[in-house]
Amino acid sequence: MAHDHNVNPNAPLEYQSEAGRLNITGFWTFLGAEIALFSTLFASYFALQSRVGDGPTSIEMFEAGLVMIMTMLLLTSSFTCGLAIHEMRANNVKGVIGWMIITLILGAGFIGYELYEFVHYVHEGVTLGTSAHWSMFFILLGTHGLHVSIGIGWIILLLIQLARRGLTPKTASKVFISSLYWHFLDVVWIFIFTCVYLMGMVN
Amino acid sequence: MDLKWNEFIITGDPLILGAQISILLGGIAVVAALTYFKKWSWLWKEWLTSVDHKKLGIMYILSALLMLFRGGIDGLMIRTQLAKPGMEFLDPQHYNEVFSTHGVIMILFMAMPFLIGLINYIVPLQIGARDVAFPYLNNLSFWTFFVGMALFNISFIIGGSPDAGWTGYTPLATNEFSPGPGQNYYLLAIQIAGIGTLMTGINFFVTILKMRTKGMTLMKMSMFTWTSLITMLIIIFAFPVLTVALAMQTFDRLFGSVLFTLQGDGNPMLWVNLFWVWGHPEVYIVILPAFGIFSEIISTFARKQLFAYKAMVVSIVTISVLSFLVWVHHFFTMGNSAEANSFFSITTMAISIPTGVKIFNWLFTMYRGRITFTTPMLWSLAFIPNFVIGGVTGVMLAMAAADYQYHNTYFLVSHFHYVLISGTVFACFAGLIYWYPKMFGHKLNEKIGKWAFWIFVIGFNVCFFPQYFLGLDGMPRRISTYLPEDGWTGLNMISTIGAFMMGLAFLIFVYNIYYSWRYSPREKTGDAWGLGRNLEWATTSSIPPHYNFAVLPEVTGLDPYWDMKEKGLDQQKNTDYKPIHMPSNSSTPAIMSALMGMAAFGLVFQWYWVGIVGAVGIFITMIVRSFDYNDGYYVSVEEIKETEAKANK
Repeated sequence: MAHDHNVNPNAPLEYQSEAGRLNITGFWTFLGAEIALFSTLFASYFALQSRVGDGPTSIEMFEAGLVMIMTMLLLTSSFTCGLAIHEMRANNVKGVIGWMIITLILGAGFIGYELYEFVHYVHEGVTLGTSAHWSMFFILLGTHGLHVSIGIGWIILLLIQLARRGLTPKTASKVFISSLYWHFLDVVWIFIFTCVYLMGMVN
Repeated sequence: MDLKWNEFIITGDPLILGAQISILLGGIAVVAALTYFKKWSWLWKEWLTSVDHKKLGIMYILSALLMLFRGGIDGLMIRTQLAKPGMEFLDPQHYNEVFSTHGVIMILFMAMPFLIGLINYIVPLQIGARDVAFPYLNNLSFWTFFVGMALFNISFIIGGSPDAGWTGYTPLATNEFSPGPGQNYYLLAIQIAGIGTLMTGINFFVTILKMRTKGMTLMKMSMFTWTSLITMLIIIFAFPVLTVALAMQTFDRLFGSVLFTLQGDGNPMLWVNLFWVWGHPEVYIVILPAFGIFSEIISTFARKQLFAYKAMVVSIVTISVLSFLVWVHHFFTMGNSAEANSFFSITTMAISIPTGVKIFNWLFTMYRGRITFTTPMLWSLAFIPNFVIGGVTGVMLAMAAADYQYHNTYFLVSHFHYVLISGTVFACFAGLIYWYPKMFGHKLNEKIGKWAFWIFVIGFNVCFFPQYFLGLDGMPRRISTYLPEDGWTGLNMISTIGAFMMGLAFLIFVYNIYYSWRYSPREKTGDAWGLGRNLEWATTSSIPPHYNFAVLPEVTGLDPYWDMKEKGLDQQKNTDYKPIHMPSNSSTPAIMSALMGMAAFGLVFQWYWVGIVGAVGIFITMIVRSFDYNDGYYVSVEEIKETEAKANK
């Protein structure tokens, strides 16, 4: 913060100011902590996977079609988020906002299906208290879903700022950081898709 | 949760009533004093909303001293209850609450903020920076810690304290066996403070990596900065584990999940594992900065460069890796396979190698040095033999087969007090005394300081050395009383006497703060001890101005300030000032943290509407922050000239 005069005009917009560079490094560090957080959740899920008690197993509950739709929505949103950053490098505010809005719509679709899935399970009688396995299922997926929801709210705030202020080193670094976050959640989902759904359906 | 009034406010215990009255009177006195002297606005503008790392450091240290007092009172209550067989000073329930809060407070609300306070104050100075990478976040970290601490501390007067040990082991800590708000306080207070610690970890990790002054490569950093960097790295990977574990137990207690319960096929051992996956790195989080402090002090007062700097760095990094690979040694007796126990036994013993390397580094730093026996140096010298005793008994505990004898006895209690007190607490005292002139512009009185030192160190050994033998005689930890036939009476009495000696030494230490404020001569230069080696001593005035350095120093080697003095370069002669950019104060962190406290307090009593209102409030403050484009301000050249001119007088 104390070195704002240290500006590099040749770098991409988000890296030009010292504050922007520090924020991006800080966010990468935060993502390191997030990896530790999700690793703990996954480890706990594995530890409790077979502890279904009197409740149903994964294989009795999961539906491949639903999960495929959710996966496609989130993977596509990561791609459109990448396009938004691509537009940012071309200094095209409208392009950034447009692609980000598409990203958010896809993200909201994902959350919608996830909520539908949870409600469906509850209707079938599978809740947080059914067994340790299902407790951990809801906590792991809920944590990811909460992250995505917070991401949607956060990016909406950033889009308002973009519309008001245009692309500056400061708004650019904010948008870039939110894109890192979004891609990270996509990576986490790939692990959830593989370790929770795919492995749950072959056992 | 339906609570009657007399269950909400704890009544009926004279000790707690006394505490309630003193808290009330103390609170009224503080409010009255602030109002009478018209200091509210000063307190809010200059301190509570400050993003200055130095002021935040001081606030951390003051909170930590307060918690040392609170945790110390808990400790003395434990020792009083155990002084003789059949004492009825504390009933068993109250005793359980007291040892639980003693542990949590001393580790999380005393050791952590004390060290983080010292790191806050000193590390930016040592790397030649004007502030941290994220000053706003630094203030938020302090406030989340403070609110977590406050929430934890009110538990004993409102609703009841946690009573399942500082480890909160399940199934004991589940609703079935620990009903009521106590354990909820534990989960939510530590959660809030833990998030603050994680933010500190990220903040200082980036600060040390990215904000070092010109010429300061990683291998030219001071040892305290190195230990802080590695500590932050451990925080970044360990604290999320705690966050998850606490959230999982919170779900079990509040929202009906069955992760750690005996019903629903839950697994209580999962909590134990998760707790120690965080918990063991945590003990290195509180010991590595202590090693850094001792390194600074020993090399300063031996007037020599730290012996084998590179070996020291390698051993710190090795310790940080190993710290994540030893957690099972906390529960060798809880049903692991022989293979697992063997593995964790070996990794645990392996940690003694890098630690031993460091002991020799300190010894050889002093070898042929011209040692000045100041109080911080005395604390550092006392650390070495006492810590070795703690370390050697640690290796004994590391042997899984032998641990079946020591587990859950006073042998263990003595071991971890030997490492934590002679390591962390000695370092906190040493560091505070050593850097006191940097923080307050005058030294602490040496004579009174030496009284406090000798009484504390002797009292510490009188208190804890007998506990090794109590442990070997089979006295289990966490029992509230024993029988005369057990044969533990004499040693317990000796131990209690030692504990009160430590209490006395603490009072002398606090008196010294007052005495020195009144009578110590004020320092005239930035280099109070005259022997400073690192950049924190290179500031023009004893207390650095808010921008730290008028002109950022350049570094060419280890011990840069010593080097400057040897070469006769005066940092203060350079008057080529340029406007300095500084961050603005902010009031949102305090408000955001207060709302977190409110939400958590609601959840403790399962008043969900309070929790929801608090959560909405937190999001609103976050939105306000997101739209805040305040870029700080510039300190003009005239103001710098004026400040620097004053400093040289």
